[in-house]
Amino acid sequence: MVQNSEPKPLLEIKDLAITFSTPDGPVNAVRNANLTVMPGETVAIVGESGSGKSTTALAAIGLLPSNGEVSAGQILFDGEDISKASEKRFVELRGNHIGMVPQDPMSNLNPVWKIGFQVKETLKANGLAGNNPKQRVAQVLADAGLPEPETRMNQYPHEFSGGMRQRALIAIGLACRPRLLIADEPTSALDVTVQQQILDHLDTMTSELGTAVLLITHDLGLAAERAEKVIVMYKGQVVESGPALELLRNPQHPYTKRLINSAPSLAAQRGDKHEMAVDEVVAEKSEPLLKVSNLTKVFDIRKGFGRKDKFTAVDKVSFEIPKGTTTAVVGESGSGKSTIAQMVLNLLDATSGDIVFDGQAIGKLSERELFKYRRRVQPIFQDPYGSLDPMYSIYRTIEEPLRIHGIGNQASREKKVKELLDQVSMPASTMHRFPNELSGGQRQRIAIARALALQPEMIVCDEAVSALDVLVQAQVLELLDELQRELGLTYLFITHDLAVVRQIADNVCVMEHGQLVEQGTVDEIFDNAKSDYTRNLLSAIPGASLI
Amino acid sequence: MPENQNQNPEAGLPISKIRAGKVSKYAIPHFVAPLDETPLHGVDAVKETGKPLSMWAEAWRSLRKRPLFIISALLIILVIAIAAIPGVFSAVDPRFCDLQFSNEGASAGHPMGYNFQGCDVYARAIHGTRASLMVGIFTTLFVVLLGGTIGALAGFYGGWLDTILARLGDIFFALPMVLGAIIVMQLPAFRDNKSVWTVIVTLSIFGWPQVARITRGAVLEARNADFVKASRALGLSRGKSLVKHVIPNAMAPVIVVATVNLGVYIVAEATLSFLGLGLPFEVMSWGNDISSAQSQLRNNPMMLMWPALFLSVTVLSFIMLGDAVRDALDPKSRKGN
Repeated sequence: MVQNSEPKPLLEIKDLAITFSTPDGPVNAVRNANLTVMPGETVAIVGESGSGKSTTALAAIGLLPSNGEVSAGQILFDGEDISKASEKRFVELRGNHIGMVPQDPMSNLNPVWKIGFQVKETLKANGLAGNNPKQRVAQVLADAGLPEPETRMNQYPHEFSGGMRQRALIAIGLACRPRLLIADEPTSALDVTVQQQILDHLDTMTSELGTAVLLITHDLGLAAERAEKVIVMYKGQVVESGPALELLRNPQHPYTKRLINSAPSLAAQRGDKHEMAVDEVVAEKSEPLLKVSNLTKVFDIRKGFGRKDKFTAVDKVSFEIPKGTTTAVVGESGSGKSTIAQMVLNLLDATSGDIVFDGQAIGKLSERELFKYRRRVQPIFQDPYGSLDPMYSIYRTIEEPLRIHGIGNQASREKKVKELLDQVSMPASTMHRFPNELSGGQRQRIAIARALALQPEMIVCDEAVSALDVLVQAQVLELLDELQRELGLTYLFITHDLAVVRQIADNVCVMEHGQLVEQGTVDEIFDNAKSDYTRNLLSAIPGASLI
Repeated sequence: MPENQNQNPEAGLPISKIRAGKVSKYAIPHFVAPLDETPLHGVDAVKETGKPLSMWAEAWRSLRKRPLFIISALLIILVIAIAAIPGVFSAVDPRFCDLQFSNEGASAGHPMGYNFQGCDVYARAIHGTRASLMVGIFTTLFVVLLGGTIGALAGFYGGWLDTILARLGDIFFALPMVLGAIIVMQLPAFRDNKSVWTVIVTLSIFGWPQVARITRGAVLEARNADFVKASRALGLSRGKSLVKHVIPNAMAPVIVVATVNLGVYIVAEATLSFLGLGLPFEVMSWGNDISSAQSQLRNNPMMLMWPALFLSVTVLSFIMLGDAVRDALDPKSRKGN
């Protein structure tokens, strides 16, 4: 397939198999994986968590966990098989031949050392610090797009924002001009606009230096946009690989098709929506169920010695949610969207402004009225691993709200729990299990069942699907949509992901720095956004211009 | 079609580059794996095989396979049995002392010989187990109840309550346990009523801050969990959510510390008794026996070694048990998936 006149592949993985030894016996994390990276080319590996995409890349840089080993196949770097290479050889390769940008910018910089020191460390380890290491460090940081590198290099990681830390990590990864850069989900923890800036910059830098990039991501839209070649992995195997655009437009393997159908970034561009017709009819007739007017929340930030600073997290926000519809509140981190959710749930008191639910101002409820209000409004939280009590069986978890509100007896509650499990399409046998035995998506479905137990009228979803893999995310969104149609639920949907909004919401409120920037129906926002901020958010959705 | 492809040029925005994707200059084959090699599974299907396991059941399953746990548990069961029914382990009356046997070596029926007073060393060590174990168990119980309650309240409610309780704990924390206990045991109220219970009370007074600190930390971590927020949104009151959700999830580190500390309290009791401040002389205990053997250390060192051996093995087995439990309850290994 490679003609003689063409250069040799930089990285070639042939029939790779990686096995982990676990207490329950060996686990084949990767089987029969094949991929080639040509010099200067960007190759993306796409897959959901547990598909073996990171494991494959880590094997190429010799950083597999101690219980994992390459059990078959070859990893050829520049023609040399490094699948069984010694630690010493890897130390030589790392840094100046193969660089790495890790996933989590929050935990991958050492908090006790200055940024400059950490860059210098890399340069020194590869003998590239030269006579004037300071200048070299500043140059490397400037290349990565950090403004004022001379000042920045004397700062500690906690003084950097997430995006800046990721830039520092990219600076470290590229400091020694490696020929191959492995970027493991380099931007998945960042806001979309920051993600776009960083990836743009990474693109420019690697094309200037002629660095090949092995990009690992869960987002097919992003992969197709940033790479020449896309490799789709599923359960440890490569199921499809090919030119990025070709693969996106003409997927062959059913799993790839499934991914393309579910990826919110792509779905948003196609304009996939939930069944609007029903909701619109309802919306026209009904009164607003929730009315938020001039809602403001000011936090006191302690500065020590009794001094306080005021921080306005939510600034005079007003919106209405018609009964039976979904309103999404969208914004990047720090925009105050979750604070609104907490105030609507009455877990946090508003500084000023009103929240009126069904004609009742909830700031002034008595204990008893509040108890009744709790029955009508229920939350679903973000972290599927944190939202269920690990000590409670699934049965006890779903039964708890019924018990708190004294509904029914033992037998009727058990029947109800079974019904609820059925509603969220989980088998009834699940009720004897415990949260630690379920996957993230399954836990989120249990959390939905718990929220539904009291037959609420409104559900507040605080980033309810953000932590889930795309396919599972699509499944949960579909479930929420179905439940809305069956039970006439009203949703307040808090999310940072504008792409998801199109799949679920009827109305959208866009927030920035605590203020409402824009609101309107989904179509208005997506097709005719008025504010620059919203347009930026929209255009930052990866894969925006590919379909 | 998306708006930003055609009519909306987005000129002038900071991130406005239209990304059209990249095309490689190399020929890239389009590879599709045969479907039968990787059959497609349902999205996120529930695993219905296997027995459901709670966190405690899972911890127990991993615990019972550990040699450290098996050995320490067997030793502890033995120690408890000795304390409960000492008569079964030694038929000799420990209070029957005959000076004619003073400092004599081992003989039939008296495997560890006699002490200075002519009492059977083995019988005394067996009958001394109860006092030591009682001090260990009851001190642990009181310390966990007192320290656990204070720590949980301080951690959960925070604010001024936390400040006051934390400072109070720090005051006790600053005093070394044995030094503090020496002083308290000399107070008239304690000196005149020496018994197992005064020792327990004294050790509890100085032991609770450690458990309070650990409980406070664990509660602080658990109270911010989403499931606590969810239970509040379901209508559970603050106090009830503390009891029903926060405390059960904060128990693991407390159990570990309590198990290890049980051994430490037994040592503290022996230390106090050795100094003549702990248990009264009428009560048989390892500390008292070690204390009285001290004067005969040159003539008959074994008289000191035997009770010391009982003490060490008991303390070691509680500390080993604590370690085994810590491994089994390690939150990192049970995050799962």
